[in-house]
Amino acid sequence: MKKSWWKILSVVLLIYTVVGGFLIPVPRLDIVNETIRALYFHVPMWFAMVFMFIASTYFAIQYLRKPNNLHDIYSNAFATIGIVLGILGIVTGMIWANYTWGSPWHGDPKQNGAAIALLVYFAYFILRGSVNNQEQRARLSAAYNVFAFAAMIPLIFIIPRMMSSMHPGNGGNPGFNTYDLDSKMRLVFYPAVIGWGLLGTWIATLLIRIELVKEKIEFIEDENAK
Amino acid sequence: MKMLNKAIALLIVFCFPLLASAQDAEMADTMRSNGKIYVVVAIALVILIGLIGYLIFIDKKVSGLEKRIAKKD
Repeated sequence: MKKSWWKILSVVLLIYTVVGGFLIPVPRLDIVNETIRALYFHVPMWFAMVFMFIASTYFAIQYLRKPNNLHDIYSNAFATIGIVLGILGIVTGMIWANYTWGSPWHGDPKQNGAAIALLVYFAYFILRGSVNNQEQRARLSAAYNVFAFAAMIPLIFIIPRMMSSMHPGNGGNPGFNTYDLDSKMRLVFYPAVIGWGLLGTWIATLLIRIELVKEKIEFIEDENAK
Repeated sequence: MKMLNKAIALLIVFCFPLLASAQDAEMADTMRSNGKIYVVVAIALVILIGLIGYLIFIDKKVSGLEKRIAKKD
């Protein structure tokens, strides 16, 4: 565990998020009630997911510029943890929607957009799984990755803002920042975003390292077979 | 002597509820106050710390594998 200051930082921030997220006073709103605290846990999932997808796309572009297997491994690892965070985001959102909107799936533009964005990224892994040639797989999936990112941004961040949406901060609805008059919620929300972003990066580095170990083992086995 | 012990024990046992009701004793009540929200915090923390601990365990395992492979090279 070398260079692990940022891993410790992520653990400290996440512990602070849980304690502060439950205990620090929040704005009192009808219908939402205490579930406003879900903001500290549900929204950071999406922020962290977007960070992971940005990193994944960055390495995909790097691969397209200069085909290096390492870039492909990086890109895949960040996409993997990104989709895990996205699934957690949509499930937590469904629980929250069930008790504030009345049903888990409301067909809200934000929900549909997020679901389509996740499906677009699922296709990334299906594409990877269906190509056996390693170089071809890396090149095709890198090109698709850029497309998936370009589709995800309008699906999650632009279209729901243009249509009527119940989701806070979309479709003319005020976000919770409007009620957060003394900015107390930001004191928990931003550390949560950073904490989950760092934790996602940590898991991505683990996936990358496992993949590199696998490659080394395969290389050694090939050497021995000769 | 045994009789005396029993008598004292009985006295304590019977007096205890009286003592408890006599003074509204504050006894480490943090975990029971505020609609028991601290219990939820504790549960969420156990899950979070447990998962992070597992992550550290995996991290160390991968480090071990990397070291073994570095030796083979």
